[in-house]
Amino acid sequence: MESIRQLLASIPNYGALPELLRDFIPMLVSCVIILLYVAVLGMFLVWLERKVSAHMQDRLGPMYVGGWHGWAQSLADGIKLLLKEDIIPAAADPLLFKLAPIMVFVGAFAAFVVLPFGMASIVADLNIGVLYLLAVASLSVVGIIMGGWASNNKYALYGGMRSAAQIISYEIPAALALMTVVVQVGSLSMQDIVTAQQGGLHKWFIFRNPFTFVAFFIYFVCSLAEVNRTPFDIPEAESELVAGYHTEYSGMRFAFFMLAEYANMFVVAGIATTVFLGGWTQILPAALVPQLVPGPILFSLKTLFLVFVQIWLRWSLPRLRVDQLMYLCWKVMLPVSMVLILGVGFLAVYWK
Amino acid sequence: MKSEEIAAQLSEKFGDKVIESKLGVVTPWTVVDPGVILDVCRFVRDDQRFLMDHLELLGGVDFKDRIEVVYIPYSMKHGHRHTIKCRLPRENPRIQTVESVWAVANWHEREAYDMFGIVFEGHSDLRRILCPDDWEGYPLRKDYKFPTRYRDMPV
Amino acid sequence: MTLNMGPQHPSTHGVLRLELQTDGEVVHSARPHIGYLHRCFEKHAENVDYPGVIPFTDRMDYVASMNNNLGYALAVEKLMGIQVNNRVRCIRIIMAELNRIASHLLAAGTYGIDMGSYTPFLHCFRDREKILDLFEETCGARLLYNYNWVGGLMYDIPPGFEKKVIDFLDYFEPLVDDLNRLLSYNYIFIKRTANVGILPPDVAINYGITGPNLRGSGVKFDVRKDEPYLGYEEFDFDVQVGVGEHGPVGSCYDRYIVRIKEVKESCKLVRQAVAKITPGDVQESIPKRVKPPAGEIYMRTECPRGELGYYIVSDGSLKPYRVKVKSPCFTAMSAFHEISRGAMISDVIAIVGSLDIVLGEIDR
Repeated sequence: MESIRQLLASIPNYGALPELLRDFIPMLVSCVIILLYVAVLGMFLVWLERKVSAHMQDRLGPMYVGGWHGWAQSLADGIKLLLKEDIIPAAADPLLFKLAPIMVFVGAFAAFVVLPFGMASIVADLNIGVLYLLAVASLSVVGIIMGGWASNNKYALYGGMRSAAQIISYEIPAALALMTVVVQVGSLSMQDIVTAQQGGLHKWFIFRNPFTFVAFFIYFVCSLAEVNRTPFDIPEAESELVAGYHTEYSGMRFAFFMLAEYANMFVVAGIATTVFLGGWTQILPAALVPQLVPGPILFSLKTLFLVFVQIWLRWSLPRLRVDQLMYLCWKVMLPVSMVLILGVGFLAVYWK
Repeated sequence: MKSEEIAAQLSEKFGDKVIESKLGVVTPWTVVDPGVILDVCRFVRDDQRFLMDHLELLGGVDFKDRIEVVYIPYSMKHGHRHTIKCRLPRENPRIQTVESVWAVANWHEREAYDMFGIVFEGHSDLRRILCPDDWEGYPLRKDYKFPTRYRDMPV
Repeated sequence: MTLNMGPQHPSTHGVLRLELQTDGEVVHSARPHIGYLHRCFEKHAENVDYPGVIPFTDRMDYVASMNNNLGYALAVEKLMGIQVNNRVRCIRIIMAELNRIASHLLAAGTYGIDMGSYTPFLHCFRDREKILDLFEETCGARLLYNYNWVGGLMYDIPPGFEKKVIDFLDYFEPLVDDLNRLLSYNYIFIKRTANVGILPPDVAINYGITGPNLRGSGVKFDVRKDEPYLGYEEFDFDVQVGVGEHGPVGSCYDRYIVRIKEVKESCKLVRQAVAKITPGDVQESIPKRVKPPAGEIYMRTECPRGELGYYIVSDGSLKPYRVKVKSPCFTAMSAFHEISRGAMISDVIAIVGSLDIVLGEIDR
């Protein structure tokens, strides 16, 4: 946002505007940029998922819409969803029903504020960045429960309850895994975490010590549970609950849920990239090789690679049962992440 | 055991309740009195020479003057089977249930009730299984008239 | 609360209604309601002549039509005392076993989908398409064949068919190992199925369950071995049973893995049958008018889902007097409330999938 402020300050007569407007306009511009990014990202990720899943299943996926490998398929689908009838079940709670997709989307979208795309490309470099991310991720849970409850449908209720239990449980090992890195950096700010990894591949937290290496995998698996992806997609288990908490949604509201899911996938992959894979830093130290590829592109590439792994896992693995899921979180992930924190703590004190 | 032996053993055990037998055909059968069917079934399941622990078929056949209930138990251990039949009057076909002997008879008897109207006394849950619960008539009887309307819908 | 897994549901393999009484996630009682696909097969069979019943038998278990036709044709042939020649026997065995492979592939694929793994389904269907292509070459239909007639077959196999079958088997047999690596040996899949839906063998026999469901509980019983028909006694194959390698014997996993092992056995059988074919006329024993003598017969054959039994009562005329079908899925469903006691909702799906039901056969 700083660069936007400077850009705006160079417009003549900009200083004549009242202070409120001068503070508000950069925020608006950043939000619009991120919104456009998320919209294009959502469409791209839907297309990517369809192509990747198709090739894994020995078929082709979208091929016709738009010409080259059906790149405009998600655009066409988005337009179709916009034109659909907006059905609200008669016995549903109208306010909560309409609010639920918005809450879920806000939870995903608000996290983009602190993702460091590049050295100067971050909307707000909060000094409590990681804490803010964990807080905002919980907003989605509220939206999901609202969606499940307001639909007045037993299947949706089941889906909402399962999802709430799952997301809340898995936030704890995920947060602890992130804390291992925060302990070593000494700061919660996302940009500080990235700059601590500058200087080459060996400085990335995933390779710095064995504790953060394991923490990366713990965080990655827990983040799959946060975004309700297979093997943790019990809430939207098609074969059991028809479609879980978004059974009764149609048209644009359903599109919001889907967009929120893909945005969330990108966010958690982005957090993993920032914290463990070096964010916008490159493989070779900047002292040896100047930064050829701009930071945002590098960040996006790393994140998209992690998103590809998420898609890969979805189409290979079956789904865990609810109690097995809970067992995995509380009896496997949590003790391991606690041991990791201990280990990193010892290292930080006794081995500088 | 051969079918002649099976028929002979049944006659020996149940005397004149075994009404007639037809042997020497592809599928030999024995007709028993409906009143003793539960004892006959328990006997063929538990007796060591028979050990017919697997009920293959339980169905009804509608002849012009009677309705027959057909039981075909099979022995997993000995590998023999025998058809047991009971003849019931068409106006009020009632017979004891054998679901306490073979659990699968539960659903087979429900189907026989649904299709023929045979009432199985002592059955735990005798209601229609294939037709809707409020269907009228017994479809597999030879004198069944297909209804023209069902719940105000033309059929 | 009462949860209705209604007639329309992605996972109930057809129009089946399961009424579940749940307490949270645990199911106290599960009552199946059937009859949504009842098409009065037995009434139709009394109104058409004997060969005319065969297309109706296709539509009962529409996934394994060849086996349905075969059971009925064998029953009527036995009643009439017709013997068919070696060529007909071998071709019947080839078709029946290929259909068994296709049916088990469908069962395995849809079971994967129920468990959340979407990819094996498409791989299974890709291979199943090749079998359906073979069938289409022979009799023109992909799913409902009307192929096994009383006394013979509808068409002879086209030239080059044997080679195509062997090529298919050479292509397909290594892919079974791929499927196993993707699904059967997957840790999550085993955890979902290996301790779920235990069916003790004595309960299975009491409930009249047959086929892979019974063999999964450890009972070594196969109609092709114990009461051979069509000359199966001359063929060399094993009866696969569940051994409880990942949990107690009789779990969903055992029933599933028995089907996968049976696919390999069927491949063996098809190879032997192709080697035994002799030239001949497949329609030479078909009688001009099928008019069995008065009497009755009960004939059972091994379908992919279990033991399909036909009880035919003939009064000496051109139309059957009574045709009663004992369908293996019917008996499997009747035991459902027993198997699913105390399971969770996700386990109910696993159990229904492992019983491999086809509603067309249950409802007829």
